[in-house]
Order: sequence, then structure tokens, then C-alpha cells
Amino acid sequence: MTRIKEKFAELDAKKEKALIAYIMVGYPNENATFSAVKGLIKGGADIIELGFPFSDPLADGPIIQNASTVSLEAGTKINRFFNIVKKIRKETDIPLVLMTYTNIIYHMGYPKFISKSKNAGIDGIILPDMSVEESKEYIASAKNKIDTIFLISPNTTKSRIEKISKSSSGFLYLVAVYGTTGIKTKIHSYTLKAIRDVKKITKGKIPVGVGFGISTSDDVQKYIKAGADAVIVGSAFLKIIENTSQNKIESRIESFTKNLKSQTKSKLTRSYLK
Amino acid sequence: MKYPKDGRFGEYGGKYIPETLVPAIEELEENYIKFKDNKEFKKELDYYLKQYAGRPTPLYYAKNLSEKCGGAKIYLKREDLLHGGAHKINNTLGQALLAKKMHKKRIIAETGAGQHGVATSMACAVLGMKSEVYMGYKDTIRQKLNVSRMNMLGSKVHPVMSGSKTLKDAINEAIRDWITNVDTTYYLLGSAVGPHPYPVMVRDFQSVIGKEIKVQMKKISNKTPDIIIACVGGGSNAIGTFYPLIDTNAEIIGVEAAGKGLKSKFHSATLSAGSKGVLHGMMTYLLQNKEGQITETHSISAGLDYPGVGPEHAYLKDSKRVKYHSATDAEVIDAFLTLTRTEGIIPALESAHDIAEAIKVAKKSKKSESIVVTLSGRGDKDVEEVQNYLNTHDKN
Repeated sequence: MTRIKEKFAELDAKKEKALIAYIMVGYPNENATFSAVKGLIKGGADIIELGFPFSDPLADGPIIQNASTVSLEAGTKINRFFNIVKKIRKETDIPLVLMTYTNIIYHMGYPKFISKSKNAGIDGIILPDMSVEESKEYIASAKNKIDTIFLISPNTTKSRIEKISKSSSGFLYLVAVYGTTGIKTKIHSYTLKAIRDVKKITKGKIPVGVGFGISTSDDVQKYIKAGADAVIVGSAFLKIIENTSQNKIESRIESFTKNLKSQTKSKLTRSYLK
Repeated sequence: MKYPKDGRFGEYGGKYIPETLVPAIEELEENYIKFKDNKEFKKELDYYLKQYAGRPTPLYYAKNLSEKCGGAKIYLKREDLLHGGAHKINNTLGQALLAKKMHKKRIIAETGAGQHGVATSMACAVLGMKSEVYMGYKDTIRQKLNVSRMNMLGSKVHPVMSGSKTLKDAINEAIRDWITNVDTTYYLLGSAVGPHPYPVMVRDFQSVIGKEIKVQMKKISNKTPDIIIACVGGGSNAIGTFYPLIDTNAEIIGVEAAGKGLKSKFHSATLSAGSKGVLHGMMTYLLQNKEGQITETHSISAGLDYPGVGPEHAYLKDSKRVKYHSATDAEVIDAFLTLTRTEGIIPALESAHDIAEAIKVAKKSKKSESIVVTLSGRGDKDVEEVQNYLNTHDKN
């Protein structure tokens, strides 16, 4: 069983949902990344997504675009990234997912990139510009090594959702909004409907995580209530890192994570914790 | 015309897109297939191309330039005489008409030199649609005349501040807009790049150039051209020139921007110096570093300043049907001045790349041979840039 699968099984047994946290590696430097990861783990994040920067992040809004630029300028390179992952992996068993763009892994070659990732301790990969039609070689290379987490959108048809879930492992990433990543203030009824529809189609065969634009514990609660198995928060963490001095990153990330995580626990657990 | 159902030219092309865009791309492909051979649609487009844009464009025998070079007869396909001053209008009229048939009310576009933005603004104005254009901040400065033209034509111009602030970043931003407004918006891409079906659709709309050349050359000399030359950034005027003549015996040459030289880091010669990769929805040749990060490009012409290239060109390079050469900024300035002074034609800096190549080739060719050069645009937009170059390089 993969780490991601185990994590969802473990949460299931506790009647909890998953909080998935995204940070950009090397933003604004490596120390910040290590501190943030510590804070995320202490705060109770269930899965950590590590962003690797790409020069042309076309699915990302201004916050992650800026983080990508800063990280690249700070000298983030693939081999350094794998070393960072190895260091994190030594300390923790938390599932680690890499999020980047297709060209980064195509350029190294799918099989080589995937075995290097696996070797470093990465459990899954998310590529927002990889469509399922173009993914044959990628999936073949990843099989039994690393989870391939594909994205679906509120406008994805039923037959495509079925097709994409078959190519996905770990979890299915439902994009909450029409738009790029970033902090949004509104929860759309179309998203809540999409969560319910996708859950009906996937019939519990694969967990469904919702991401893009989610930034508050209130958001988390509403998406969980609509049936999401996991909620993914990214830009809000980057915003904290941007506005916090290095020595306070860990504690601030920890308390924000706790706040979000509390909403993924069942009412019973929550009242018990009080 | 041949339509690759899987969207691939050999191993190049495809659709590497965020899932949110899949329904929009499917809708576009469905409609393009439905309308491309539709009699009414073709008639309407033909009307606008003739009566509004000014087709057919002349195939002009550049006698002075030919004699100066002392070799083959050089013919210029005068796309610079089209409404708006460039070949871009062939594609924008086609796509804007298609968008109208699809009942799309809002049009977005990217632009490099501003010619595609202007051509989009014109097509949208005449067809009664609203358009917004993304343009790299750097390009809004060096092509500010075109920014004013777009504004006056009623388009909203968004300067793009991210990345290298040029064409590739304008495309990123247009795609982000499209993801956000996918239901209401038609993305009118200006070059033969992007996810399928754009490369094939833009090629088809631009193929009017090559088709006319075929007919005109036959009339002039009763044969097909011996040598065909066009400049390649994304590659829309080039693929429109080459595609209808691909089955002839002509030697075909695409010319890329060598900037300050292929050995320097300052060029945009994707096919000459790039490697395979995935960007803007397609697999193609890219200028990238060892890590797969896209590198910044340089060209004196904003329209060629792009680190990717249309996937069909990537295929034509590998299959060796087309040769891809390049011209440096210095060669381009020379060619710009030569054409201006021998023929009284001010070419766009983009098109001056193929003039530079034509001059080289003509000198080595026989007098009995013919060279057709697609003069993709006029150079009014570039005179300030050229003047600055001359001032700083002490030439005149």
C-alpha cells in the first residue's frame, strides 16, 4: 500500500478527512521550506504537496507565480529539490506529493525522473498541464512506483471523470474554481455540486481532494460538508511565509494548520477535543 | 486539407492543457471541423478577405533587389499590403468569424509585436465583438504605436508584467484568462502554436498565402517557385506559405531570429538551437536550460521573440523537408535598409529576416531560378527601433 493510500485508510478509521498543504520549495529559501514543513507536520497536515518551480506556471495565479520566480532566482534546481525531499523524508513518514509542470519531468525523461523521485521519498506527482490523453508514457513509467494524481474540473464530463479516475491513483484532484490558483473569497454553488457529482461517479474508489482558491477554515468546513475527502490549501500558506520572519515561520504555519485541520475532523471528535 | 485527428505532426503537437480547458478545446475542434468546409462560412470569409483585407496580395518581382544580388529572380509575396499591415488578418478574420458562429461574445488574444493584436482588434471591430489583448510589458514599450492602434480600435490592452514580459508571458496570461472565463470567452491565438486544433487551424487560415503564390507563379513562369523563404517565430506566415507548396520540388527555407548570434544566449532560434519539450499546450522544440526551464529569448523583432515554435515546423525540420536557417540582428538591419532603399518597401523587422536570407541565397543561385519570399508585414511599426539601433551602432 502506498503512503497516500495508507493515510486515507488511517483517516477513514478515525472518521477524519485530509488536510493537504502545498508549499513552494525554496520559497523564499531552503530554510523557510524546512521550517514550514515542520510547522505543517506539527499542525497536523495529513499530506504535503511540494511545488517545484517552473518558468511558465500557466495554471497558477500571482502568488504561486511569484513564489516560482523567487525560488528559481534563489537557485532551486532538481537535484537540490531531491536532496531537500530526502532530508524531509528522514524525519517523517508523511506522504509527500510533487507538484510541477510537464516539461520539467519530460525533459529529464519520465522513467528517470520518476525513479529519482521515488528514491528521494516522493509518493505522488501532480501535473496541472498533463492531460490524460497525453499521459500514456508517463503513467506507464509511474506504475507501481508513484501515484499519478490527475486533475478534474467542475466542467469535466461524466465520461471523462470516469476515464481520468482510472488513470489516477492516490487521490483525484478536483479544481474548485474556474481560474488559476490563489486566494478567493467566494465559495461557488457549482463547486459544491461538482463535489457531490464526482463522489457519485467515483463511488468511493478513489478519494477526492478539492483545491484552488481555498484559504480559510470556513472554506475547509464547507467543502468537507459537501463531501470532499481532502481539502488542499496552498497560496494561503505561501502568503504566511512571505509575511513572516524566518524564526516565526514554523510556529505561525503550525497554528494556521491546526486551525484548518480542526475542520476536517468529525463533529464528535471536535467536541471531544474541546 | 489534411487534418491530423490526433493533433500530432509526427511526435509533435498534442494537447497538454489544464483540464478546465478541455471542454473549450473540444468545442472549438468540433466547430472548426463543422465550419472549415462549410460553403457559407467559406464564402463569408472569402468576402472579408477580398473586400476588407485586400486579397489577393501581389507577387511582386523585386527587380532592383534581384539585380543587386546578381542571381535568381526574387519575388515578394506582399502580405505587408494587407489591411493592418501584416498577414495576421488572414487568421483573425477566420477565427473571429468562427467565434461568431460559436456565439462567443468575448475574444481574448496575445500579441508580440502587436500585429496580431491589431489584426484581432480589426476583425472584432468589423464583426461586432469585444476583444482584450495581452501583451508583454517589454513589447508594449518597443511597439507602442500598435498599443495605440489597439486602443483606438476599441480593444483593451493588458500589459503583462510576469516572466520575461514578452510574447511567451502574454500567452501564459491569455491562457490564465481563458481558464477563468472559459464559458464566455474565445481565445484567438495568433500563431500556429498551442494545443490542437490551433496549429492546424491557423495553418489552414494562413494557407491562402501559399495557394495564391502557386497560382501567381504559374501565371508568371508556368512553374512552381524554385526556392521559398519565410521567417519563423511561432511560424504562422511560414506554415501558410509552405504548406500548399510542400508537395512541389521547391527548396523551402524557414528563417529564425539569431539575435546577437546562435553562440550567444541572445537569440530566438528555437529550431536551430533548441530541444524537445512541452509548453503552451504542445510538444515542440523549445529554448530551455538543462533543467527544462524555458530560457529568455532575444530578437530585435518582437514578433519572433518566442522560445517555442509551431509543432508542424518541428516535424518539417526532423523530416528534413524544410531547412531552418537564421539571421542575426545585424544582418536583419542591413536587409531592412537594402530593401527599403532598392525597392522603396519598408519591411517589418520580422520579414527582414527572410530578406536577409534571400539576399544570401540569391547571390549563390542561377539567374534562371526564382525565389519567393513572403514579406509578412510592413515596417512602419519598426522605424523607431531601427533608428535607435543605427544610432547606437554608428551606422547609416
